[in-house]
Amino acid sequence: MNLFKKRKKNYPDFWMEYEAKFEKKASYTIPEIRFVVFDTETTGFDYDDDRVLSIGALSIKNNSIQISDSFEAFLYQHFYHAKNIEIHGILQEERQERITELEALIQFLEYIGNSVLVAHHAGFDKNMINHALNRHGMPNLKNKFLDTSVLYKRTLINSPLLPVKPQYSLDELAEKFDISKKDRHTALGDAYITAIAFMKIVQKLKTKKNFSAKKLLK
Amino acid sequence: MKNTISARVADFLKNYPPFNEVATKELESLSEEVSIVYKVKGEVIFTIDEEAHQYFYVVHKGAVVLTKEPNDEVVDLCDEGDIFGLRPLIANENYKIGAKAYEETILYAIPITDFKPVIKKYGAVGTFLIESFASNTRNPYSKSYRGKLYDATSPTEGNQINDKELLDLQGVPYSKKLITCSENTTIKTIASKMTEKKVGSVLVVNDKLPVGIITDKDLRNKIATGLFPITTRAKNIMSSPVITYPKKMTVTQAQMAMMKSNISHLCLTLDGTPNTEAVGIISKHDIMFELGNNPAVLIKAIKRANGFKKLKAVRRRIMSLLQGYLDQNIPLTLTSKIISELNDACIKQIIKIALNKMDAPPPVKFAWLAMGSQGRSEQLLHTDQDNALVFENVPDDQLTETREFFLDLAKIVTKGLFDIGYEYCPAEMMASNPDWCLSLSEWKERTLHWITNPGPDQVLLSSIFFDYNLSYGETSLVNDLSAHLFETTDKYPNFFLHLASGALQSPSPSGFFRSFLVEEDGEYKDFFDLKRRALMPLIDGARVLILSHKVKLINNTAERFEKLAELEPNNEELFLACSYATKALLKFRTKHGLLHNDSGRFIALTKLTKEEKIKLKRCFKTIKDLQELLKIRFKVTNLLG
Repeated sequence: MNLFKKRKKNYPDFWMEYEAKFEKKASYTIPEIRFVVFDTETTGFDYDDDRVLSIGALSIKNNSIQISDSFEAFLYQHFYHAKNIEIHGILQEERQERITELEALIQFLEYIGNSVLVAHHAGFDKNMINHALNRHGMPNLKNKFLDTSVLYKRTLINSPLLPVKPQYSLDELAEKFDISKKDRHTALGDAYITAIAFMKIVQKLKTKKNFSAKKLLK
Repeated sequence: MKNTISARVADFLKNYPPFNEVATKELESLSEEVSIVYKVKGEVIFTIDEEAHQYFYVVHKGAVVLTKEPNDEVVDLCDEGDIFGLRPLIANENYKIGAKAYEETILYAIPITDFKPVIKKYGAVGTFLIESFASNTRNPYSKSYRGKLYDATSPTEGNQINDKELLDLQGVPYSKKLITCSENTTIKTIASKMTEKKVGSVLVVNDKLPVGIITDKDLRNKIATGLFPITTRAKNIMSSPVITYPKKMTVTQAQMAMMKSNISHLCLTLDGTPNTEAVGIISKHDIMFELGNNPAVLIKAIKRANGFKKLKAVRRRIMSLLQGYLDQNIPLTLTSKIISELNDACIKQIIKIALNKMDAPPPVKFAWLAMGSQGRSEQLLHTDQDNALVFENVPDDQLTETREFFLDLAKIVTKGLFDIGYEYCPAEMMASNPDWCLSLSEWKERTLHWITNPGPDQVLLSSIFFDYNLSYGETSLVNDLSAHLFETTDKYPNFFLHLASGALQSPSPSGFFRSFLVEEDGEYKDFFDLKRRALMPLIDGARVLILSHKVKLINNTAERFEKLAELEPNNEELFLACSYATKALLKFRTKHGLLHNDSGRFIALTKLTKEEKIKLKRCFKTIKDLQELLKIRFKVTNLLG
């Protein structure tokens, strides 16, 4: 019943275009997949009350990041938490041009297409974007998602001597993989750290037995 | 579009030629077109005769090795900031040399179409490129301190001779940071300055012109002998006039000049005469370092290194020294002693640098322990780091704070070790882990627990920890801990039974028909695991036997067997054979590791010669005999059943 309803609903053109990109089912090998690594900076951690302040995203194909194919948007939001502005330093980017939430979503959907999305603690960023989409009357993102914090755990050796933590922060990954933390807490800076970590993680996973694109995306 | 990442790229590029010549704005827009490429160690970037890419490359992190036919001869190693793969794009030809990631590497790929306008606009960029193509060096500006000439090597001759020829023609490195004083400076001030800057000579200048030089030798001959008081002025004891040379000198020229005048320091001036400004000093040490991989020179270079990057360069030389020793068949005992000594010096220097970086001195005494292969002085190649830290006991209320300090210190040290080539331990057995950074009494408690509850994990932990060796710090802490260990094992002899059964757990190296057993799956399928199947049984066996004899301070496996042969004359033959096998296997591993730029742990059997296989198999027989002895002595059979 619900499904039926959804289909009948009239979505705007940009959503239909985005959705159309998923119609073709392609079989992939890892070098052919376009991964979009993204990060959001938000006013807080509540999906309903808090808002996205900026989105940064990079694309990876065949272990290569093309800077010209990157995405950075600063959103115009009425809703602010002073303490978050401190963390993210959004104020330092005051001069950045800001766009509306809807405009940012339209651009973001066009940018990501049917790529595989990658984020650190992906659940949070995914929910933030989905709630924003829902507020504007759209359904959830259709892309496949990968979470670097989950993938990282798969690279750890299975040893009684190494207790596996339930959570690994982006800072921990940056230290492990020797990635500069200079642009930490800007959306694109965090996306970059995540992207480098992601490539290194995939490399580590490749050395494990029976690794395949299918297994990665499962 | 300009964003955080392109700005970061531009920020990096502007530090290196020829990009330092380009205006910020243009560099920023060039950076927007860059691709950031990740390459795994050993991954090919391009091969000889491959059609040129649309990009040339700048190394952002890691290192890239350039090779030439035949035999993949190494022509150059590119470090951070170096450019490669540009020439074919300008000359419109295919690649003449191959490029491969020497380490895990991140490259900036810059599209040639966006770069060409930059070349046209900036004369200096063009000049740089022309010079670099003409001289065939990667970076003509750096010729003075590294320049390796691409085409000077002829493929018919042996590599080593070539290297020396190259060095002779090479520009000499000189210290640009001059340590100077005036004619009226007192000797006491000069001596303190020399000590502080760790130099062997001071240039006496008058209005920037060199008028004299004072070296360590002058201080010895003229001051220490009482000829002059330490309050005397520089002009009274300096050697004058100064022998000066132009700054463009080759290593050979500098050497000749020193021999001719029997001096150990050359002063370089703008035009080579004493009438122009002094620009640098060349010491005998600089030349020695350039000429050779001589342990004494390397040790000095390590002690002078004030940053991790410099140490990394020295470590590469240590590796080529190791290669040379193996090529010349120098006995492994000697080789591993020298290399371990050098590795040890590197670690000490890293800890010193790290201590300097800390805001405060250590609150209490501490000792940095090397564990595993490093502790046994068997680490010839870059392998994982295993280390631990022990600090003096402190009152309970200060424990957290004290540990915090040492954890911070350990983080800097492990990062430094990582930077110079030691991978992080995948099981986090490092002093930066709170579990491996304990006070003396905490360590005692922890080891007591291992010894009294010898489950498989505890045996594994003890086998890694018990080979510890002091790298840096307070000896008494380590002695205290060792004494405690022997006392405890004495009370719980059962522990040896478990340690011995642990030593017998390693899988057998050969099957029923004396064929090699290879790995069945994973990354190293069909490879022979030299470490686990051949070296570990020997290492573990030596450890349990030597501990049961309560012998302190011998960590090296081969040396342990030699000691055992001495202690048990009736088993002398077996133990000596074990010692020999350990050395043979270690050498084997090192050779393979150097050949493939890895840890040498996994061996492709198909690549071995018949002779090598026979040698290996001979070692297996010894391993089997040793395992029999362990079984009987510690009565392990019933445990295994």
